[in-house]
Amino acid sequence: MSVLVYTENWDGRFKKLSYELVSYASGIAGMTGGSVTALSIGNVGRDELSTLGSYGATNVLSAETVPSGLDNQLYTQVIAAAMEKTGAKVLVMANNNSGKAIAPRLSVRLKAGLASGVTALPESVDPVIVQKKVFSGKAYAKVKILSDSAILTLSQNSFEIRETGGSAAIEAFDPGVDASVAKTNIRDVQKQEGKLLLTDAELVVSGGRGMKSPDNWGPLEELAGILGAATACSRPVSDEGWRPHEEHTGQTGKIIAPNLYMAFGISGAIQHLAGVSASKCIVAVNTDKDAPIFEAADYGIVGDAHKVLPELIAEIKAARAQ
Amino acid sequence: MRILVCISNVPDTTTRVKFSSDNTSVDNSGVQWIINPWDELALTRAMELKEDSSNAISTVTVATVGPATADPTLRKALAIGADDAIRVESETGDAYQVATQLAAVCKSGDFDVVLCGIESSDYNGSAVGGMLSEILDIPSVSAVSGLKAEGEEVIISRDIDGGREEVSVPLPFVAIVQKGIAKEPRIAAMRGIMMARKKPLQVVPAVESETLTGYLEFALPQAKAPCKMVDADHVKELVGLLQNEAKVL
Ligand SMILES: Cc1cc2nc3c(=O)[nH]c(=O)nc-3n(C[C@H](O)[C@H](O)[C@H](O)COP(=O)(O)OP(=O)(O)OC[C@H]3O[C@@H](n4cnc5c(N)ncnc54)[C@H](O)[C@@H]3O)c2cc1C
Ligand SMILES: Nc1ncnc2c1ncn2[C@@H]1O[C@H](COP(=O)(O)O)[C@@H](O)[C@H]1O
Repeated sequence: MSVLVYTENWDGRFKKLSYELVSYASGIAGMTGGSVTALSIGNVGRDELSTLGSYGATNVLSAETVPSGLDNQLYTQVIAAAMEKTGAKVLVMANNNSGKAIAPRLSVRLKAGLASGVTALPESVDPVIVQKKVFSGKAYAKVKILSDSAILTLSQNSFEIRETGGSAAIEAFDPGVDASVAKTNIRDVQKQEGKLLLTDAELVVSGGRGMKSPDNWGPLEELAGILGAATACSRPVSDEGWRPHEEHTGQTGKIIAPNLYMAFGISGAIQHLAGVSASKCIVAVNTDKDAPIFEAADYGIVGDAHKVLPELIAEIKAARAQ
Repeated sequence: MRILVCISNVPDTTTRVKFSSDNTSVDNSGVQWIINPWDELALTRAMELKEDSSNAISTVTVATVGPATADPTLRKALAIGADDAIRVESETGDAYQVATQLAAVCKSGDFDVVLCGIESSDYNGSAVGGMLSEILDIPSVSAVSGLKAEGEEVIISRDIDGGREEVSVPLPFVAIVQKGIAKEPRIAAMRGIMMARKKPLQVVPAVESETLTGYLEFALPQAKAPCKMVDADHVKELVGLLQNEAKVL
């Protein structure tokens, strides 16, 4: 069964997420002996495109003339054209902002059942049966795709990257879609350059209301700095304006799955855990030994964050110096 | 300008999840039903826009696809301020089935702006809004964290990785909203609750539709190992565990 994977680019570059998607697509193709075609939209250099081959794509379609500002209707039609060209029965995309914007439209256009936020390879491909998270991570469900073709959006950081050492044939792709289907008029762009994105970070240092005041974030930022970690916070902290709203994790904020999530002064409400419980390792520092965060954590310290943080910084520095 | 807010009726987010004895369905006995948190924010923003009389917004309608048990949730939306409500009489199928029903509502209602949430807090589909826009063949904008009206135009803020964009699309369109669209969800006041009883709640029959997906089985996550506690006076020990046991540093 051949698989198409849409690999989004960020200013002409791919990310770890792109390679997770190709690895996942290649895992599905491997179940049936099919091949993987990656679709790239917008201007991406040949060297960058060829990296997709190392993770199992045998072909790369490069729709390089399609403008890069996201228009849901235009992108839907471009991806649908690639599905038709390759005859793929499964489409893999990311369960991120753009995936959530486009995958449902494609589901209607292709009459292909959508399973969003999948976390593992399907247990069967004909029909497609795959596991996804429901109730914000409080449960799992097995979804069966009833249509001929399927669309799966993968949760970030839930699938191990696999290098295959292969290489891909790169082909310029003209989807034959009239650019006038795009109706989105982008009037202004505000972007923070050079900041590590919370959703990309392997390590995350996070603070809650127990930090007491926005003036106490210095040590937390210092810790993030020496670890190369991103900073995050609980919802009340961003609601109070102590931290920017992009940092809020949880059910109504960002859903992340880093290798390490360190929570300082966060009680661990169910809505907060919904955004962070998929982290590989959780560390909690809280003055209350009964705080629910300790039920979700792997390692915990009952103590004052303001005392523990400087010691942690010193110990990490010391360990690094050895 | 007419606004439609699509409302998903969901269990309170603190509900403990239970399944039927054969694990093939969710057991909703004893559940408290609420307006899906993102839909509540969308409705709040719709009311704010309407109350600003410099915006020419004539009505805010709410709609849900579901059985009569969803009526109290619609009444709550009316109490918050919606002018009227529509319920499509149907057991909810998959996102495709729900979107097909909402498309029929949109076709009969002549709405200019349709607001959906980024996901339902129960099945986390993130699907209905996008599907609805494709069925109607109209523009959609996702990850919307701001909406304002400027004359005949609606200006939309959407989140992108590491930033924000300000965009506009021609009417009618579907906006798929997330956190930030309104600051705090609005709570119904006594007066609103009284008035809601007299507001129209129209029940319409479902149109024919199909489903593209189905749930086979549910499971709870595996219980995790208990948290290893480190003494606050031995922070060094934690660093050692993170380096050598968890191997994350
Ligand atoms: C529909 C809905 C959606 C929501 N979505 C989210 C969401 O996406 N994300 C989110 O985070 N929340 C969300 N919430 C809010 C959530 O329920 C909690 O209120 C919130 O997570 C609590 O934040 P907190 O842990 O920072 O604060 P608190 O609950 O006030 O906890 C502070 C903690 O700090 C500890 N503490 C105090 N002093 C110290 C100290 N000196 N050192 C160490 N620890 C200390 C205390 O023991 C306490 O455990 C949502 C709520 C609802 C109803
Ligand atoms: N049964 C429903 N009736 C009305 N609107 C719905 C329904 N289900 C989902 N929606 C809308 O679609 C959004 C996304 O839901 P979902 O695709 O189920 O995650 C919700 O926030 C609602 O705005």
